[in-house]
Amino acid sequence: MRRHAIYGLMAEFDRPEDLLEAAQRAHDAGYRRMDAFSPFPIEGLADAVGFRSTRVPLICLIGGLIGCLGGFYLQWWPNVIGYPLDIGGKPYNSWPNFIPITFELTILCAGLATVFGMLALNDLPTPYHPVFNAPRFALATRNRFFLCIMAQDPKFDLQKTKEFLATLKAKGVSEIES
Amino acid sequence: MSPEGAENKAAVEPGSQFLAPGHSYASVTDKISSIVLVEGTKRGWWIGFAVAFALFMTFNMAVAYLFYKGVGIWGINIPIAWGFAIVNFVWWIGIGHAGTLISAFLLLMRQAWRQSINRFAEAMTLFAVACAGMFPLLHLGRPWLFYWFFPYPDTMGTWPQFRSPLIWDVFAVSTYATISLLFWFVGLIPDLATLRDRAKKRLGQIVYSILAMGWRGSARHWRNYEMASLLLAGLATPLVVSVHTVVSFDFTIAIAPGWHSTIFPPYFVAGAIYSGFAMVLTLAIPLRYFFKLEDFVTIRHLDNMGKIMLATGLIVAYGYMMETFMAFYSGNTYDRYMIVNRMTGPYAPIYWILIACNIAIPLTLLWSRRIRRNVLALFLISLVLQTGMWLERFVIVITSLHRDFTPSAWGMYYPTIWDWATFIGSIGLFFTLFLLFIRYLPMISIFEMRELVHKVAEEKA
Repeated sequence: MRRHAIYGLMAEFDRPEDLLEAAQRAHDAGYRRMDAFSPFPIEGLADAVGFRSTRVPLICLIGGLIGCLGGFYLQWWPNVIGYPLDIGGKPYNSWPNFIPITFELTILCAGLATVFGMLALNDLPTPYHPVFNAPRFALATRNRFFLCIMAQDPKFDLQKTKEFLATLKAKGVSEIES
Repeated sequence: MSPEGAENKAAVEPGSQFLAPGHSYASVTDKISSIVLVEGTKRGWWIGFAVAFALFMTFNMAVAYLFYKGVGIWGINIPIAWGFAIVNFVWWIGIGHAGTLISAFLLLMRQAWRQSINRFAEAMTLFAVACAGMFPLLHLGRPWLFYWFFPYPDTMGTWPQFRSPLIWDVFAVSTYATISLLFWFVGLIPDLATLRDRAKKRLGQIVYSILAMGWRGSARHWRNYEMASLLLAGLATPLVVSVHTVVSFDFTIAIAPGWHSTIFPPYFVAGAIYSGFAMVLTLAIPLRYFFKLEDFVTIRHLDNMGKIMLATGLIVAYGYMMETFMAFYSGNTYDRYMIVNRMTGPYAPIYWILIACNIAIPLTLLWSRRIRRNVLALFLISLVLQTGMWLERFVIVITSLHRDFTPSAWGMYYPTIWDWATFIGSIGLFFTLFLLFIRYLPMISIFEMRELVHKVAEEKA
């Protein structure tokens, strides 16, 4: 990966609708490596910046399957193989009795997988990230909306991209050091 | 104009049922975060904390003496081996259920009114489960061997009895505690980032930065985040039903009259939601008053919670009725005696107070819209109801045990001072944790309030 002195250009917006429109126009203009920042989730914004699908459901499913199979095996093995006890001729593999714990462990593993999967996909924890160098970026968790076009983008050109961002309804455009 | 730039145009006029008019992204953010960051520690908070902490210390004392002396300090004996400890366990865990239901079930149902109450309701869940989880352990007799519950390859070569509801309970409650913690923390991440960006003091900046883990609110973050929240809600909704069902199995799998009944699982779950919503009201009404949150927790919220209490209360009433009916309909001598004894025996006053607190008072008053919108009345009803639900568990646990099948095994249960100290002390523990939470973390979800402002503004446009 090439290192840039500049991480990208950050444009600031007043309203969520402006950010959404700007992200769509940047995508139409051919920019691919960009990200948008908002104080709350905005419908359609992830699609606009070109992030269409999330793998969280798949991770959740895998976690759930591991919990389900592992949970059942956890009870089946001691009762049938490891330490079978004949109590009044009752079957060793009395599976209906194993359902509650299997269910709980399914939920537990699926939940853990979902949360840690989400954190991993979001690269959290991130001790340092260049976007925090942008002026007024602290307002991204209050009432301002930001669009960042990254310097890694093949179409990125400091001057031209700056001019392009100026044509959107941005309140201000600034360079971000990496 | 605030020092951090002009206000957005999205100020909501004239507001909605769930949000007072005149709010913008900035105003909701500033109002909720300033409770933590700007307003500081108030005198009222100190008084509340002093009382709660004193009770918590009482709890610690009672537990220390219990560890030293053993469960004999409680009033339990054969035939009543399950005393306050199990009553408190069921009561606390039931209270927790409303928090999960508000944040998970109402999220799946896309109910906007959950957004301003879900955070502290989830915190309530977490702390209630923490209180609940301790009682079965304290009741063990040898609590330091609690890890024998868990399936680990030990040198004794033995395994837990996986066919026992008591072991199911261990898995259900520990899963519930873990998922509640995760759900609560995931909900907090964007708000911790808000606090990180708003904090003026160095220590606050460092602590909230670490907890926010570098959350940037990017579009990718939000997409993964929203999907994770939705999945967690989908997982937590069946979980919450399963937890109280498993708790009710602790009773129903036993063949004691008064316990061995198929109506227990649904009736326990409804009772849990009933008492849980009462606890949410007990917490919400003072909070909105002391922290001036009437704009966010509106009368309409309280009204809705009143309606849910009415609905679940009716299910509970049906449960009581069916329990009585089945006892006579079954033709079983012991079942019939159990019900007659409940209503006329030595614990009859407790049974009738429970009927008054759970059925007679709330289910007549909550029909009235005027009472559901009267803050003081609702607060008092919520307290009455929680007392009633505690007594319900007392009746289930103690009256079912104290008349065994043969009269020679009959007995009475009298709680000792240590029973009371542990019970009241656990309330202290709950409020200690809750007061720390409202002092250091945002008690209303800030980003969801911004989302609500956005939604309301869009609807008006």
